[in-house]
Amino acid sequence: MPDRPLLHLAGVHTHIGEYHILQGVELQVPRSGLTVLLGRNGAGKSTTLRTIMGLWHASAGRIRFDGQDISALQTPEISRAGIAFVPEDMGIFSNLTVQENLRLAAIRGSFDEARLEWIFSFFPALKRFWLRPGGTLSGGQKQMVAIARAIIEPRKLLLIDEPTKGLAPSIVDNLAQAFEELKARDTTILLVEQNFNFVRSLGDHVAVMDDGRIVHHGSMAELSGDESLQARLLSLHARAVH
Amino acid sequence: MAAAATDVSDLSPAQAGTEALEALPGRARDLVPGVLILAFIAMALPVVGSVPTWVTLTVAGLAMGMMLFIMASGLTLVFGLMDVMNLGHAAFVAVGAYTATLLVGPLKGLLESGSVWASLAAIAAVIALSMLVTAALGWMFERLFVRPVYGDHLKQILITIGAMIIVEQIVLVLFGANQMMLPMPEALRGSLIVGDVAVERYRLVAVGVGLVVFTGLALLLARTRVGLLIRAGVEDRAMVEALGYRIRNVFIAVFVGGSALAGLGGVMWGFYREQFTVAIGAEVLVQMLIIVIIGGLGSVTGCFAGAVLIALSTNYVSFLMPDLALVSNILVMMLVLLWRPQGLYPVNKH
Amino acid sequence: MFTGILSGDLPRSRWLAALLVLIVLYLATAPFLFPGARSLNVAATICVFVVLVASFDLLLGYCGVVSFAHAMFYGIGAYGVAISMYKLGPTWTAMGIGALAGIGLSVLLSFLIALVSLRVKAIFYTMMTLAVAAAFGALVMRLSGLTGGDDGRAFKLPPSLSPGARLFENDVFGTTVNGKVLTYYLVFVCALALFLLMLRVVNSRFGRVLEAIRENEFRAEAIGYRTLYYRVVANCVSAALAACAGVLMALWLRYVGPQTTVGFNVMLNILLMAVIGGLGTIYGSVLGVALFVVAENYLQSLMGGMSASFTSVPMLAALFHPDRWLLWFGTVFVLSVYFFPSGIVGKLRASMREAL
Repeated sequence: MPDRPLLHLAGVHTHIGEYHILQGVELQVPRSGLTVLLGRNGAGKSTTLRTIMGLWHASAGRIRFDGQDISALQTPEISRAGIAFVPEDMGIFSNLTVQENLRLAAIRGSFDEARLEWIFSFFPALKRFWLRPGGTLSGGQKQMVAIARAIIEPRKLLLIDEPTKGLAPSIVDNLAQAFEELKARDTTILLVEQNFNFVRSLGDHVAVMDDGRIVHHGSMAELSGDESLQARLLSLHARAVH
Repeated sequence: MAAAATDVSDLSPAQAGTEALEALPGRARDLVPGVLILAFIAMALPVVGSVPTWVTLTVAGLAMGMMLFIMASGLTLVFGLMDVMNLGHAAFVAVGAYTATLLVGPLKGLLESGSVWASLAAIAAVIALSMLVTAALGWMFERLFVRPVYGDHLKQILITIGAMIIVEQIVLVLFGANQMMLPMPEALRGSLIVGDVAVERYRLVAVGVGLVVFTGLALLLARTRVGLLIRAGVEDRAMVEALGYRIRNVFIAVFVGGSALAGLGGVMWGFYREQFTVAIGAEVLVQMLIIVIIGGLGSVTGCFAGAVLIALSTNYVSFLMPDLALVSNILVMMLVLLWRPQGLYPVNKH
Repeated sequence: MFTGILSGDLPRSRWLAALLVLIVLYLATAPFLFPGARSLNVAATICVFVVLVASFDLLLGYCGVVSFAHAMFYGIGAYGVAISMYKLGPTWTAMGIGALAGIGLSVLLSFLIALVSLRVKAIFYTMMTLAVAAAFGALVMRLSGLTGGDDGRAFKLPPSLSPGARLFENDVFGTTVNGKVLTYYLVFVCALALFLLMLRVVNSRFGRVLEAIRENEFRAEAIGYRTLYYRVVANCVSAALAACAGVLMALWLRYVGPQTTVGFNVMLNILLMAVIGGLGTIYGSVLGVALFVVAENYLQSLMGGMSASFTSVPMLAALFHPDRWLLWFGTVFVLSVYFFPSGIVGKLRASMREAL
C-alpha cells in the first residue's frame, strides 16, 4: 500500500570545511503532497536541501530520487531529473528581467503559454513587473518570481527554503494559494519553514530536524492535534524565533 | 493592488529611487559614466590648448581605447563568469599579433594596393586567421592550465603566469627573438585632413572595429540564449546549474571566445605599432587589469567605458607629461574606485 | 642551542637539514672553496636572493597574498644606497643614510598600498601592486638624472671594502682576502642574520596569527584579531626585508640598474623560486634560490652545448637555446604548482613523515 517515497535520504552526512553539519539524515518524502521540514536555525535544514540539490556533496550516505540514486550526480543533472530548488535568498538574477529569469528556467527555450497563464492566476503581480530587472524588486516580488521560475517547467519535486521569511501577510497568502494549486497538480513539495502557522494547514507530512539529524517524522494532522508534541518539538523553534 | 503598498516598505532607499526612475518597463540605462567621459574630453580642451591637437589626441585615445577594450573584453568576461584570474591573457594578444605577421607575405598584394577596400579585406583575413589560432590556443590553455585549478585563486595566478611564460617562450622558439614587423596597409596610412585637423585613417578603422565588436558582444549578451546564460552565470553560477545548465560548457565557450578577442586585439594593436616583440601583450597587461577593475568584473559595458577612460587619460597625460601615463592610470583607478568601489558598472554577485 | 637560533623551526627532514647545512657551509667558505669572480658572484647572489625570496614567502606563503611590488622594494633599497653613495661619497655614513632611506620608503609605500587595497577583494591588492610597480619602473627611467636611467648608477664602496684593500698581507688558504672578499662576508653575515630574523618572525605569536588568518580569515576575525592590522604589518616587514636585500645586492655589485632590480623579470624569478622551493616554509627560499641560481648559471651553458649539437634541426636548436632556459624553468614551475604544491621542502618533509 505505501508508495515508495519520491525522495529518500539514507544516512546522509555532509561536511562543510571542518564542520560536520548533517550527521546521518534519514528522510523520506512521500509522493505528492507537501512535506514540511521544521527545526531551529543551524539545525541543518538548508544544508539538507542543498545536499539533495548537489550544491554540497554528501560525504556519506545515499540519496534516492524516484528510484534513481542521485548521490553522485552533479547539480545540472539533478535538476534535469526533475527537482527544482528555491534557495533562502531566492537566487533571482538581478541584472535579468523577470521575463528573462523565467525564460532561463524554461529549458526548452519557449514558454508553455497555458502554464504561464496558470501561474499568472495566483501571481497576477508578475504581469505588472514582467520587464523589470530582478534587482529592483521587493522581497515579496522576488519570492513570487523565484517560485514561478521553479514551476514554469513541470517538476516532480520542489525544494523550497523558507519562502515566507520577512514577507508581508498578503504575499504570504499568495504563496499559500500557489502551494495549494501545486498540490492540486500532484507536485511534491519539500518545504523548509519556521512559520508553523503557515504550514499547519498546508502540510501533509512533517519532519523535524535538530543538530543535523531528523528527530521526528509523521503526519501534520498528528502534530497539529498533539499540543504536548508541539510544545516539545516546537520549543526547538521558540528558542530560535525569539 | 495591496502588494503595492507593502512593496515600497520592503525596498531600501536606493531601490525605491530606482523604482521611481523605472516607472516604464525596460532597463534603466546608467548614463552617468558616459556623461563623465564626455565631460573629461571636454575638460581636456582648455588644458591641451589647441583644438586640432585636442581632436587628434581624442581620436587617438578613442582608437587606443577600442583596441584595449577588444583585448580586455575577454578578460572581464572570464573574470566575471568563471571567477578565474587569467594573467596569461596577455599571451593571446602576442599570439594574435605574431600570427598576423604570417600573412604579410601572402597578402602582400592586397596590403600594398592603394585601395581601402582591399586593405580592409586583407585585415579581415588576417583577423580571421589570428582569431582561429588564438581560439584553438585558448581551448588548449583552458584544458591544461585553468581547469585543474578551478576555485583556487592563488594557484590560478601562479599557473597562468607560468603558462604565459611558456607560451611566450614557445612563440620565441617558433619566430625567433627579433622584432617582428607588421606594416600597416598602404591605403590606411596617413591622415584625413578636415580643416585644421588631421585624423589618422587607421585610427578610424580601429574605432570602427571596436564599435562593431562592442555592438556584437552587446547583442550576443542581450538577445541570445548563450548571452542570457553568461549574464546569469556572472551573477550566480550555482543557481544557473540548479536550473539545469551545465555551466562548464559555457565557461569553455567564454574562455575560447575571450582568447579569440584578445587575438583580434593583438592584430589591431600589432598593425598600429608596426613593430613589436613578444612582450606586446605583457606591456598592456597592467592597463588591461586596471580597465577590468574600473569597469566592473564581468561587465562588457564597463570594460568599454573603462578602456576609453584609460586610453584617453593616457593620451592626454602623455602629451602633457610623458612617462607619467601609467601613474595617471593608477590615479584614475583610485578615483573611480573611491566613487564606485565595485566598478563603473558593477555586476551584483551572489 | 640550534633550536634557539632557528626559533624552534627545525627542518623536520634529514634530507632538508643535510641540504641546508651543505648550502650554508658552501656560502660560508665560498671565497676559499671556489675562488674566482664568477663563482663568488653566484654565492653572493644566492645570499641576497634568499633574503628576498624568504621575505616574499612571508607575504605569499604566510599571508596568502600575491604582491607584484616585491621587486620594486628590492629596487628601492638598491637605488637608495646607490644614489646616496654616488651623491654623498663612498662613506659608511652615506651607506647608512641610503639604506635607511630605501628601507623607510619601502615601508611607507607598502603601508599605503596595503591599507588602501587589502580591505577590498584580494585581486585588487595584486593589481595595485602590479600597477604601482610598473609606475615605479617608469619613474626610475624618468628621473634619469638621479637614477642614471637606462645605464643605471655605479658607485664606489668605502675604502675598507674596495677591491684594492687587503685585510691580511698574505693569502689565506690560497686566496687573497681583499675588499671583495670582505664585502662578500658582509653580505653573507647580513643575509644570515636577516634569515634567522625571519624565522623568528614567523615562529612568533605574530606569525601564528598570520597563519590563522591565511587558513580562515573569517574565523580569525570572529575570534577578535584585526586581520587588516596583521596583514599591513606583514607587508611592511616584508617590504623592509626586500629593501635590505636590495641594499646588499647594490653593495655587492657596486652598481644598480633597471634591468637587474626593477624589471618584471626579477619579480617572476622571485615567484618561481618561492613556489618551487616551497611556500610557507621560509626554508623553501634557500632551496628554491640555490636551485634557480645554479640552473641559471650552469644550465645555460649546458643548454648552449645541447643547442649546438642540434644544428641540423633548427627547431630543436631553438628549443634548447640558452636564451630559452625560461621555457624549461617555466614548465618546471607549472609542474611544481600542480604536483608539488608545497614545493621541494614540502616534498622532503612529506617523505620524511612517510618514512617514520
